[in-house]
Amino acid sequence: MNAPLTEQEQESITRRTWIGASIARPNARRLVDGAAVYIDDIRLPRLLHVVFVRSTVPSARLRRIETAAAAKAPGVVAVYTGRDLAETIAPMVATLAHFKGMKAAPQPALAIDRVCWQGEPIVAIVATKVRLAEDAAALIEIDYEEQAAVASLEAALDPSAPVIHPELGDNVCFTREIDTGNVDAIFSSSDVVVERTFRFPRHTGVCLEGRSVIGDYSASDQRLTVYISHQAPHMIQDCYARLLGLAESAVRVICRDVGGSYGIKTHVYGDELATCAISMLLKRPVKFVADRLESFVSDIHSRDHRVQMRMGFSADGTLRGVELRDFLAIGPYSVYPRTSVVEGNQIVNIAAQWYGHQAYRATMVNVFTNMCQYSNYRAVGHPVAVGATEGMMDVAARALGLDPIVIRQKNLLRDDAFPCQTPSGMKFEAMSHHECLQRIAKNMDLPALREEQRALRQRGVYRGIGVISMIEITNPSAQFYGVGGARISAQDGCTVRMEPSGSIVVLNGAGEQGQGTETVFAQVAAQAIGVHFSQVRVITGDTDMTPYGGGTWASRAAGVGGEATWQAARELRQNLLALAAIVTSRPAQSLDISESWVIDRLTAEQITPLSELGRIAYFRPDTLGAFQAELCVTRHAVPKDYPFTFTNGAIACHLEVDVETGFIKLLKFWVVEDCGTILNKQLVDEQVRGALVQGIGPTLYEQCLYDEKGHLMNGNMVDYLVPMAFEMPDMEVDHVSTPTRSTELGAKGAGEAGTAGAPAAILNALNDALAPFSTELFDMPFTPEKVLRALGRI
Amino acid sequence: MNSTTIRFLLNGEQVEAQADPRIHAIDFLREQFELSSPRVGCEHGVCGACTIRVDGQIIRGCLMLSMQLDGTKVDTIEGLTAAGEIADLQEAFVARNAVQCGFCTSGMLLTGQDFLTGTQTVSRAAIREHLSGNYCRCTGYEAIIDAVEAVAIRRGIQVTREPS
Amino acid sequence: MKSAALEYERPTSVAQALALKRHWGDRASYLAGGQSLMPAINMRLNAAACLIDLNRIESMRGIALEGDHLVIGAMTTHAAILTSELVREHVPVLIQAGRYLAHTAIRNRGTIGGSLALFDAAAEWPAACILLNAQIRVEGPDGLRHHPAESFVQGLFNRSLGEDELITAILMPKQRSTDRSVVLELARRQGDFASAALMATVLVTAGKPTGLRMVFFGVSDLPRRFETLESQLLEAIQAGHLTDVADLTRTALLREHVVADLYHSVEMKRHLCGVLASRALRQLLAPETSE
Repeated sequence: MNAPLTEQEQESITRRTWIGASIARPNARRLVDGAAVYIDDIRLPRLLHVVFVRSTVPSARLRRIETAAAAKAPGVVAVYTGRDLAETIAPMVATLAHFKGMKAAPQPALAIDRVCWQGEPIVAIVATKVRLAEDAAALIEIDYEEQAAVASLEAALDPSAPVIHPELGDNVCFTREIDTGNVDAIFSSSDVVVERTFRFPRHTGVCLEGRSVIGDYSASDQRLTVYISHQAPHMIQDCYARLLGLAESAVRVICRDVGGSYGIKTHVYGDELATCAISMLLKRPVKFVADRLESFVSDIHSRDHRVQMRMGFSADGTLRGVELRDFLAIGPYSVYPRTSVVEGNQIVNIAAQWYGHQAYRATMVNVFTNMCQYSNYRAVGHPVAVGATEGMMDVAARALGLDPIVIRQKNLLRDDAFPCQTPSGMKFEAMSHHECLQRIAKNMDLPALREEQRALRQRGVYRGIGVISMIEITNPSAQFYGVGGARISAQDGCTVRMEPSGSIVVLNGAGEQGQGTETVFAQVAAQAIGVHFSQVRVITGDTDMTPYGGGTWASRAAGVGGEATWQAARELRQNLLALAAIVTSRPAQSLDISESWVIDRLTAEQITPLSELGRIAYFRPDTLGAFQAELCVTRHAVPKDYPFTFTNGAIACHLEVDVETGFIKLLKFWVVEDCGTILNKQLVDEQVRGALVQGIGPTLYEQCLYDEKGHLMNGNMVDYLVPMAFEMPDMEVDHVSTPTRSTELGAKGAGEAGTAGAPAAILNALNDALAPFSTELFDMPFTPEKVLRALGRI
Repeated sequence: MNSTTIRFLLNGEQVEAQADPRIHAIDFLREQFELSSPRVGCEHGVCGACTIRVDGQIIRGCLMLSMQLDGTKVDTIEGLTAAGEIADLQEAFVARNAVQCGFCTSGMLLTGQDFLTGTQTVSRAAIREHLSGNYCRCTGYEAIIDAVEAVAIRRGIQVTREPS
Repeated sequence: MKSAALEYERPTSVAQALALKRHWGDRASYLAGGQSLMPAINMRLNAAACLIDLNRIESMRGIALEGDHLVIGAMTTHAAILTSELVREHVPVLIQAGRYLAHTAIRNRGTIGGSLALFDAAAEWPAACILLNAQIRVEGPDGLRHHPAESFVQGLFNRSLGEDELITAILMPKQRSTDRSVVLELARRQGDFASAALMATVLVTAGKPTGLRMVFFGVSDLPRRFETLESQLLEAIQAGHLTDVADLTRTALLREHVVADLYHSVEMKRHLCGVLASRALRQLLAPETSE
């Protein structure tokens, strides 16, 4: 238990000299200068390259794999099948104990005997150049004995569907039910019951840097160094050690610059694992970089859901009960180690829970298919939960004749209603839904937009406004993975040390992929110690160097990693003051540190620089008597009070629909986000913006389109539509701040909220635009054709 | 012809190297000259991560053969940084956080510079249009537009405001 | 996705290029701008063993005014066309099309000859050539010929461009200053190939509309004119009674070859053509329309 903050320290946080400032990222400099180092930029002596031959069919027995010709091709060093690697790599079984009843089959790194999805890796070809390995790949012969594939959610739910893993009995991976027990009675006595079915499309991350890894096994050191584009280095260390039969200490994981991740790179992929196994076998470094075509059929897909939602209201608009049925279609395996069930599980945990009803029933059915493997992607589950919930609130508003803002004001949990527990069992610490809603209405000048909407409708121009309220899980505790037996760390550690010259080095187990985490840690450390921001250097992404940590995901880096930094830096400051007391012969309580100087706390007189303390501590300890200076401090932090630290916010979308063509033009977005203490406003705002656009993608453009046989039809950059600059709007971001009391910094997470709320905001804006035509849409993505069909134009 | 020696100007330096016809300009620059700013994002010519400048024009490096660089003047971000040509743009990108993971940044900077060169007036819509061929997944684009707009103003280019 | 092994030839004249192609046969592909060919090469979808690079043939570049035509060299880039004063003055419909055409980096390398050799159903230049009745100059072992653009390609397997032939120039008739043209494209994202698009000109003589040409592209296997529809609409324009253009268009297209794509059904394509026709004519006839 850490000592309570001194008055001085409290004032320091309040003063917010560094914390809260929109400081530019020092590590962005190398990114603009062309000096970034992504995995593919790393050159090692005797480096080999691996290329994978992947299944072209979604379901088949592998009758014959002919590799002899490929093995003899120019530049080829080795060829491996799944069977060849089976002794080196243990199969992955991704189940967790707290997902009761979940079933999953063991997944080999490379397919053995059968393939279960188009894109599954089958053969690894190792050569001196990628192009030579690809030449050899053309010489590989594979005899597929094709089997019927389960190629969609509907197909998987059909009882007559082929069972993908007969030993599991059926295609159900996981089901979950929450029932407060009173839902039927509540619906019977509701004055108005509304029900709709929502469709969310399967889509994928499209990280600009393809998944990349170098496995570098040293036979002399008997150590495997893994350079990987990833968000969770310690998790990779643990998983790879266990799956490759190595001691944990024999594996070092290094993450350099990561070219986009968003959750895609938080998983263990068979091809990346195989790359490292191959390095062990060949005792040479081996590199794998996924190209664009293979990324579409091997990166995890996400969010393939059909949701039926029902809400019961009294005539005055009070929400009384909610029922939700969620069906989702994952791939043929549960992805290791986080599983493929977290998304659906989160949906039933959080859907509609920011409203005040007490009757809730949710069921979720998660089924295997022969489509691409599937798991957590930015805002895991939230876009679906928020999309359906907020879509229903507007449906209800229309049915009840209420303004969408009014129906929310009636039903959102009051800002003073916390802490509380939701019908689904979620514990909320503190939220500000009403304040956010009020602020967003003001920021967007909602009355003026409504007036303009009315006027434009007279002229046949149809604009729509959608305002939504939402929550987001951040800073998860061990309740998220740990309790299920996953060796995924919810805690993070930070070492803060002062060097002889007075500069500060921060080592943290959470890293960054462009969010600015390192900058935030430097701000926190600078504030806590009393040095200029430029005096702090941050090191992350190396399991040999940093304390054990969870990495960056579920918007935890600032809240958890930042807190560990704060605690360690505070402690260092105390140690420096203790040292200063000896050196200056003054009481420690009379001293403070500011701008790298020890100063008199009352007069602000500069007494001695930190560099002098460093000189003495490291080079003249003989002058300190019995006192031992400790200028390197490590502290850990983990959320304990609450299983998750929920944030809340409001998002609004303004758009225009061309009712002749069905094309939707996004005019503007507004966000009011409450993520507690803001450590760097510009970085937070940019996370919100980036997340918003990532949420716009599958709402209007993105979808992994499979044919009925299980082949991906649009797995390339021409046919899979990602949002580009011209169609994207400007986005105004504002904040309310309700710090969490479970940490001293009070920072919650912010990286995913935009993605969680954008689909709902667009859905409601679209249906608002089309209201004069008495038509609605709930089937995403909202393509022009779907709009026109809804309008009856075709 | 198969592999042959080509000679060209690379970031202001006269160079020569063996070029294999099968290798595209990006792989060639990365392998032969150990440059890292030209990079591959899709190899379809769609994402713009491979944007480099050849004979003063921005092009998709993944769609150009290394052989075709013979006799040309090639500029990559490394060269532009050393020469200081886009220092204001780079500064603006850092200040405005128009760069997150950085993978699209080489392409964005070169395309932004191309847009601002020889232009008298710009608008936010025109900036968006010019950058519409460069994919970014991290920023949502607004910060990049802001940074280019800010540099336009600093360079004395007139920025027209559109009606909302 | 790295290309297979390749050989590379770099001719500096048309004659040299033709000789090389004759030598290599179907094992070689001509390389113009590479903006369509190179993705196929990178993905190993094109099995060429040799690429014959046309970029050093200076005689194939350039834009010149010759009588009542602009002669545009086949290797002239999209960017050069879109910044040409001659084009702006004499064939403004090409400039109108330019705002939809891909992105700067693509335009700096992509060529009109390459675009016509491919004759993509959704590309701007093939549509423009049909609209203006351009002549495509083709050179081969048997000499030089001119093909009317409209009959240059008549289907997936019916192309006028022979194995050994090379498009060397496009003869683009000048638009008369009294004629009006419009280009409208509907695309999901700026610069994408169109979901549906229309290039149209109204030919005006002595202040009266005397001709209407409409090329729909992105909706069929090729850019296409629907002459029945053109006659119907022209009649209505001349009668001063132009209504229900969208309906007329959709109905006419029921009898025509409209092709669905990944995101748009045939009904959607027809519907969009109707909208485009209606909007295009409104723009073309601004003072005269009675719609």
